[in-house]
Amino acid sequence: MDMLERKGVRLVVYLPMELDHHYTEEIRREVDQVIREEPICELEFDFSRTIFMDSAGIGMLLGRYKIMKALDGRLLMTHMRGQIKRILKLSGILNYIPLEQEEEVV
Amino acid sequence: MKNEMTLTFDSLSENEGFARVAVAAFVTQLNPTLEEVADIKTAVSEAVTNAIIHAYPGEVHTVVVRTRLDGETVELWVMDEGVGIEDVKKAMEPLYTSRPELERSGMGFMFMEAFMDQVEVLSKPLEGTTVYMKKKIQKGVTEQEA
Repeated sequence: MDMLERKGVRLVVYLPMELDHHYTEEIRREVDQVIREEPICELEFDFSRTIFMDSAGIGMLLGRYKIMKALDGRLLMTHMRGQIKRILKLSGILNYIPLEQEEEVV
Repeated sequence: MKNEMTLTFDSLSENEGFARVAVAAFVTQLNPTLEEVADIKTAVSEAVTNAIIHAYPGEVHTVVVRTRLDGETVELWVMDEGVGIEDVKKAMEPLYTSRPELERSGMGFMFMEAFMDQVEVLSKPLEGTTVYMKKKIQKGVTEQEA
């Protein structure tokens, strides 16, 4: 599964269709390894394939947000659908990672 | 209309998706909106994930999900016979997690309560936990809004 793509200092993570506890474990492992070993300043989570997310996804995003903050980098979330936005809003995570940072990547 | 079904599966994370999709498919008999289906899927996912992560530390045993449709009401029981919860009130507090090392957000019960009309937790240490949830499907809401 080609989940990760390097674009210069940005690492793009193409999230799976269903972002639950089962999948977050694998994403966490793979993303953290790249962040540790490569000079990544921007971590982008691309939700274009994702139709489901629960609190496990929120936990994974918050954890990566903390890591990027510690590295003086930033976290972006792109291409979210309605259901995903609903969960993000309800979680309060948008207080840390505002929706303004949602952007199209050219 | 009354209809009931029960799922019994191993406490493996692979089954989280299976459980919520199976319940969602069963509930479509009540003609729910897409949003209501999403709400129920999220609530089931939270309760089932809790059972899989917490109920049987280091072991694989059975999780049971019972779904009952009665009129316009969906009732759900997510049951395990695991370690149980010592302090249910604390477990349900927003952002509380007994397993911070797993990066759990502590938002599971918050989502269940946000998406369902009623959430009850019955638990006894060393006997297991049952999460009961209930939601009324609001028939015709979409038509009125449209």
